[in-house]
Amino acid sequence: MNLTLRIWRQTGPEDKGRMVSYQVDDVSPDMSFLEMLDVLNERLILAGEDPVAFDHDCREGICGMCGMMINGMAHGPQRGTTACQLHMRQFKDGDTIDIEPWRAQAFPVIKDLVVNRGAFDKIIAAGGYITAPTGSAPEAHATPVAKADADAAFEAAACIGCGACVAACPNGSGMLFTAAKITQLSLMPQGQPERYTRVIGMVDAHDEAGFGGCTNAGECTVACPKGIPLNTIGRLNRDFLTANAKAAGKPGS
Amino acid sequence: MELFTEGDPIADTKAPDGPIETRWDRHRFESKLVNPANRRKMSVIVVGTGLAGGSAAATLAEQGYQVKSYCYQDSPRRAHSIAAQGGINAAKNYRNDGDSVHRLFYDTVKGGDFRSRESNVHRLAEVSVNIIDQCVAQGVPFAREYGGLLDTRSFGGAQVQRTFYARGQTGQQLLLGAYQALERQIGLGNVEMNARHEMLELILVDGRARGIVVRDMVTGEITTEFADAVVLASGGYGNVFYLSTNAKGCNVTATWRAHRKGAYFANPCYTQIHPTCIPVSGDHQSKLTLMSESLRNDGRVWVPKAKGDDRNPKDIPEDERDYYLERIYPAFGNLVPRDIASRAAKAVCDQGRGVGPGGLGVYLDFADAIGRLGRKAVEAKYGNLFEMYERITGEDPYEVPMRIYPAVHYTMGGLWVDYDLQSTIPGLFVIGEANFSDHGANRLGASALMQGLADGYFVLPNTVANYLSAGPFEKVDSSHPAAVEARQDVEDRLQRLLSINGDRTVDSFHRELGQIMWEHCGMERTDAGLRKAIDEIRALREQFWQRVRVLGDGEGLNQSLEKAGRVADFFELAELMCIDALHREESCGGHFRAEHQTEDGEAQRDDERFSYVAAWEFTATGEPSVLHKEDLQFEYVHPTQRSYK
Repeated sequence: MNLTLRIWRQTGPEDKGRMVSYQVDDVSPDMSFLEMLDVLNERLILAGEDPVAFDHDCREGICGMCGMMINGMAHGPQRGTTACQLHMRQFKDGDTIDIEPWRAQAFPVIKDLVVNRGAFDKIIAAGGYITAPTGSAPEAHATPVAKADADAAFEAAACIGCGACVAACPNGSGMLFTAAKITQLSLMPQGQPERYTRVIGMVDAHDEAGFGGCTNAGECTVACPKGIPLNTIGRLNRDFLTANAKAAGKPGS
Repeated sequence: MELFTEGDPIADTKAPDGPIETRWDRHRFESKLVNPANRRKMSVIVVGTGLAGGSAAATLAEQGYQVKSYCYQDSPRRAHSIAAQGGINAAKNYRNDGDSVHRLFYDTVKGGDFRSRESNVHRLAEVSVNIIDQCVAQGVPFAREYGGLLDTRSFGGAQVQRTFYARGQTGQQLLLGAYQALERQIGLGNVEMNARHEMLELILVDGRARGIVVRDMVTGEITTEFADAVVLASGGYGNVFYLSTNAKGCNVTATWRAHRKGAYFANPCYTQIHPTCIPVSGDHQSKLTLMSESLRNDGRVWVPKAKGDDRNPKDIPEDERDYYLERIYPAFGNLVPRDIASRAAKAVCDQGRGVGPGGLGVYLDFADAIGRLGRKAVEAKYGNLFEMYERITGEDPYEVPMRIYPAVHYTMGGLWVDYDLQSTIPGLFVIGEANFSDHGANRLGASALMQGLADGYFVLPNTVANYLSAGPFEKVDSSHPAAVEARQDVEDRLQRLLSINGDRTVDSFHRELGQIMWEHCGMERTDAGLRKAIDEIRALREQFWQRVRVLGDGEGLNQSLEKAGRVADFFELAELMCIDALHREESCGGHFRAEHQTEDGEAQRDDERFSYVAAWEFTATGEPSVLHKEDLQFEYVHPTQRSYK
């Protein structure tokens, strides 16, 4: 099939950026979306034009490195699918496809479709862990975990940190990402001792990084390629209120 | 010109002797320690943030060392360990099915086709139980039974159920555990994290590894970084084949640069071709996707009995199907080790009985399992894998059998290390897939995660202390002649790549190199094929340095430049892989030489001549490398012809 791509080109953080149109012909429906961009880039290089920069790595939908707005939707039109797993059979001959980077204050553009998502790491560093220095662990079967809790924790832990939730949110909020980690750890018995300092630390880091507030728009969970449920945010809010009532303070305080 | 010369054998692996069960304990006791106050004065560089690098950096920081960590991805959480699906082995014997540390040790040595070092493998089996404890304490959401205890499943090459898992995302969950421990140390100021930084050279001072040259992939800035020891945890080199299950960014540059500076490269030809991957769909293919080996617990592998039978699989009656793994290997059936399953798939496709486009595929059929367990139970176990398969192929594996074909997945070879995981360069430690140490000629499923975390959490943090006890070493900064020279070398190489401005893209060279390797140094190797490959690689490398086109400059983000540097190093590695494969005139594990097979087509080892690790010393580009042999001793697991029948 033959496609028209309109791609956001921006040479660096200082550049204003613009949409540029490209024609790509002979696209196979079996190609992944990123393989289609590879084809374009090979052609651009031979024509002496700067190839489109985009982040990607595993191309299996698990590393969370890829991410772009495709026709205004984070990771494109297929539910539960990262850009690397999106295949061209989802499009049809003659389509025009708009491709843009994540747009959020907390994710500044580095070049073209590449953004800086370092703010997510800062949220994890502020409490998104269980303190268990190597060697200090008790026997694994010493603490059974109810299967329902383990399964729910797993569901939240499936987050790949791609940032689609932030890009989809009208407020540029990172609350679904934050809530997913809070939910995973607060469902596990091992996560209880730090439960309330964790939520204070992570929410503070979230706000300091420039993410917007959550107004329950719910766009995040729709865009999430791993289907992280919206009720994780409810869990975060409950823990956050309890933590404030307990005057829990940040981790280590 | 001769392809290589032979040097002195490796005299000392630092592996202790005495009863194997006590070696690691005694070695730790005999190793020197660094007191906590002195640890604060010492620094360690860790390159790579996968299971090995992430866990090592976090643990070293917990112990009080100053740690500097580097990864090429935008966050340490994205290292390719994250893509491991199936599970992690541990000798917990929770199933009461006869497992033990000794059995895991035995299975791993046997699975590796008797080409690994017994002392290392036993230690791996010992610490496997600590890994599960550690990960559970971190909140890793492993699969559990209704009673709240951990669930396990079977994997290839074992008759016990010792594989712990978190659905099909075990690597992700283990990596996030290590990543969170690492982020905690970053937050505490104990680790300086440098994401989007690529190591391009190693710095040696007075014969010791003292630093690295890195490029900031966002600004293009090149800097020299220093420490008292350097740890490489930069993964494997499967991407030399272009198409593999590795992430697109996986590369050999960190270890290859260290090799060029004196670290021996061991067993480069040992490549694992994974039997269950989604077949290639066309020339646009940029990578291959694995379907977890765990699927072989319930999926049955078959092809039509008749050549060229292109009927819809549903229309092929039972008695016209050949469940060839169950037929040839009745004891292990569909759960034979990876090397055997891959070669069997190639054999039936070579006979013209392959399925799908080009006849390069076999069926992995879940109809029986769905009938026996119900669709819901199958979905609970493998749902995410089935969805992934459908997204990629457009076919529903609940209805139509999956089509699978082998693909490059893992490299057992890597930098040579002693029992302390130290390379032949003092102060340079190598962990995880980047080293060669534990898997011999073939790695068993669910053992890569085990080795990465064993090295990072439990082995390296002990052995590096023994080395650092002689430190801190003389202070070095960017004005040191060795640092100035290393940095200049990097800048010159980048400049050279940018200035060629030829007529071919980096990817076009990489694809062509990959085809040569797959053809001649893949699942089956021959003397003539390998010689041909060496000539072709050399010719193509010359073309590369004359015709590659890398646009732009070194300032700022330039993904073509990053790729060009990596492919340049793959060219040199590819040649060494072929030479190693050529010199090893036997078949073992992932290395199958067509000239050396039993009457029924199984790998035939030659223990008389080849019971050694081949450790290669670099001399100069295009010049013969020097082969150093580490003789392998088997005191506990006596080499036999592997049989899974």
